[in-house]
Amino acid sequence: MNALYSLLAVLLLVLAGFAGGSTGAGRGILTFIVPYAAFAILLAGFCARILRWAWTPVPFHIPTTCGQQKSLPWIKPASVDNPSTRGAVLVRMAMEILLFRSLFRNNRARLAGKRLTLSENRYLWLGALAFHWSLLLIVLRHLRLFIEPIPAWVDGLERLDSFFQLGAPQLYLSDIVVLGALAYLLLRRFRDPAVRFISLFTDYFALFLLLGIAVSGVLMRYFVRVDILGIKQFALSLAAFHPLGPNMPSPLFFTHLVLVCALAAYFPFSKLMHMGGVFLSPTRNLANDSRRRRHINPWNHPVTKHTYAEWENEFRDKLVGAGIPLEGEDAGNAHTN
Amino acid sequence: MQETLIQIEPKPPRGDWRDPHVEFRKGSMCYSAAPKNLTYLGLPNPRVWQPTDSDWKLPPDWKKTILAGMKERLDKFRSFRLFMDVCVRCGACADKCHFYLGTADPKNMPVARAELIRSVYRRYFTLSGRIFGSLAGGRELTEDVIKEWYYYFYQCTQCRRCSVFCPYGIDTAEITLLGRELLTLIGCNINWVMEPVANCYRTGNHLGIQPHGFKDSIDFAADEASEITGLKIEMPINRKGAEILFVMPSADYFATPHYYTLLGYMMLFHEIGLDYTVSAYASEGGNFGSFASHELMKRLNAKIYDEAKRLGVKWILGGECGHMWRVLHQYMDTMNGPADFLEVPVSPVTGTVFENARSTRMVHICEFTADLIHHGKLRLDRGRNDHWNVTYHDSCNPARGMGLLEEPRYILNHVARRFHEMPENTIREQTFCCGSGAGLGTDENLEIRLRGGFPRANAVKYVKEKYGVNLLTCICAIDKATLPTLLEYWVPGVEVGGVHELVGNALVMTGEKERTTDLRGEALATESVLASGESEARHA
Repeated sequence: MNALYSLLAVLLLVLAGFAGGSTGAGRGILTFIVPYAAFAILLAGFCARILRWAWTPVPFHIPTTCGQQKSLPWIKPASVDNPSTRGAVLVRMAMEILLFRSLFRNNRARLAGKRLTLSENRYLWLGALAFHWSLLLIVLRHLRLFIEPIPAWVDGLERLDSFFQLGAPQLYLSDIVVLGALAYLLLRRFRDPAVRFISLFTDYFALFLLLGIAVSGVLMRYFVRVDILGIKQFALSLAAFHPLGPNMPSPLFFTHLVLVCALAAYFPFSKLMHMGGVFLSPTRNLANDSRRRRHINPWNHPVTKHTYAEWENEFRDKLVGAGIPLEGEDAGNAHTN
Repeated sequence: MQETLIQIEPKPPRGDWRDPHVEFRKGSMCYSAAPKNLTYLGLPNPRVWQPTDSDWKLPPDWKKTILAGMKERLDKFRSFRLFMDVCVRCGACADKCHFYLGTADPKNMPVARAELIRSVYRRYFTLSGRIFGSLAGGRELTEDVIKEWYYYFYQCTQCRRCSVFCPYGIDTAEITLLGRELLTLIGCNINWVMEPVANCYRTGNHLGIQPHGFKDSIDFAADEASEITGLKIEMPINRKGAEILFVMPSADYFATPHYYTLLGYMMLFHEIGLDYTVSAYASEGGNFGSFASHELMKRLNAKIYDEAKRLGVKWILGGECGHMWRVLHQYMDTMNGPADFLEVPVSPVTGTVFENARSTRMVHICEFTADLIHHGKLRLDRGRNDHWNVTYHDSCNPARGMGLLEEPRYILNHVARRFHEMPENTIREQTFCCGSGAGLGTDENLEIRLRGGFPRANAVKYVKEKYGVNLLTCICAIDKATLPTLLEYWVPGVEVGGVHELVGNALVMTGEKERTTDLRGEALATESVLASGESEARHA
């Protein structure tokens, strides 16, 4: 049901883009208002969420340690998976953010008869990594539309992406990979009963939306001729805060635009904020040095305690009977240091 | 017990997780906290009730209390707010939870456990949830949801295995603990947590043993250690001016097989002439407060530093215990420090400065002993453990909340000749929980414990069948209390022991009499056992 609703929601957006792109008034709104509104929401919302997290204190030092601690000098510590210095934390975070270290550990538990077997399972890691990296590449490639002259590194990325020089226009690897990875992530949600069980509207919505964007983009590049120069002019004018309508408006382009704007506006209110959140996770971004260095809790409230004096008063007779020294009465027992 | 009692059927989850209905039945729930315990601790809503009652006698404004409590914690814990926001429901955590693997109950997937509270967070604390409600994954907070929280937050041992695999490090232990805090606000606690907390608070230890009883237990153990060795072994209590305060979980002096570990400590300290004391006031290292709320954790933990200060010791040594070490390692200094009245720990025998405990000034016994062995300060006869074929269970908290992995292995390899690791996905940071931690180790909850302990037991079975392992060692009091039952059910023939029990067996003490039995009173292996048995295969 969640999947169906979210598919319908994305189809509605597609329709809105198509319809809007086909009428003059719609084109006006889609050209002059929607992109700025969406981008403003993205920027403000993203910053607000990040600041909200950043301003919330980290009262306790709770890294998840995934290897040997640094303790005795002759025991080799797992300096990345159980970092003891800030530098090592940076490496751990880089591994997490760039290579999805934790997901790489993933394994699959299977019950066969009375035996539980654990086997390696890197598909999710591979799918997620492929999706995120190809998406990044695609976003960076789009800079060619917003910057003139096109920076050399954007050209370089493009050449890398079309390395195999197949077809005309040349095939981007990232287009294939992003579609494949999204399809895998979506199919996985449908086919794995456990994942299907926990999937919400928002989980499918994000995937359908991204698929919609990728498909409309691919259609424009390889299948339906659009006026790329007009689009570039439009993009440049957007970036210059002086928007001109695209010369040869194509409803497909507006569909792509609407979906991208929807993603941008939706981003700060959704789970997609994991992009910013992953940097702030206290189980990953703290060094395991809580016995070496005191971690300060800004709201460390006092608590009621049961003091030694109260305890001694309550059990005085029993302490005396058992010959346990009382406070101040144990001079004879004390060792001198 | 019969083999047919528990059938684990991996069945595809059905229905909608947002339906909060839970069926409470014996074997898969914990009883409610007795009112006297809540009253003693000054906690809200003490009353007589049970989870099976239809009316839980919640306070009239319970909903307001819970939502205000959530708000407060969202503003105080970045972990809580972040973990509520960033989960993408990728499902990597799902089959990492021993309770999910053992029950096949989909709400035991860590992601689903968190969603139980996350759905309420969305509904009341996010814009999209307030507007779109269930479409945005939101859920109304009803009494049924509270009952569901009670069931599932007390069906998590806070072992953090899921957190190892989560791409954002979402820590279910954090969510469960905060969920239990919220339940505490309206008096929905379990007795197996609250009675120990009340006991620890009053007497100093979780069984409520009063000081004279504590002394009897310690003296009894000292007598037994003396008898085994022929030496005069003592364990001083509340002795001011000692160099070191030793804190252990109270089960060590009141339960088996913990007791043999206590004998091991005593013998070790005697042999190296350690200037130390234990305390009757701070006679519990295990922190049951950490199973209910950060506040109770702090109230109980405070005793350790207070007592160290009163006794005037230089530093603190801690025994074998799991959740205890999570608190000592990650919370104590922050909550109750700074320990500026103590000194940076230095081993009086080897002179090693424990740099890693420079601020907290508390050292783990395995760090301490590994250092002794490394410097050749102990004479060890590994042959005295030849009747044991040993494997090592990484206790969750020292593994994932600390990283104490090699020290116990180093010790074991120096005190025993036969040592075999369990499969790599079930040890170290990927270790499987005993299924009874975080206050769930009570007998009314036995079915869930056995189910939750199944993945651990399965790995033990593997090394038993492959290498003939007959002893599972560990460094956690809850492990020692609950794994014997678990193994008796799933892997009969494997015993449970502590690392320092084996140290005590192997330790050759100055002036001791010849040993014919181990600390359990069982006959030592004759030479031929090893010769005819396997070679010294060891996987360090």
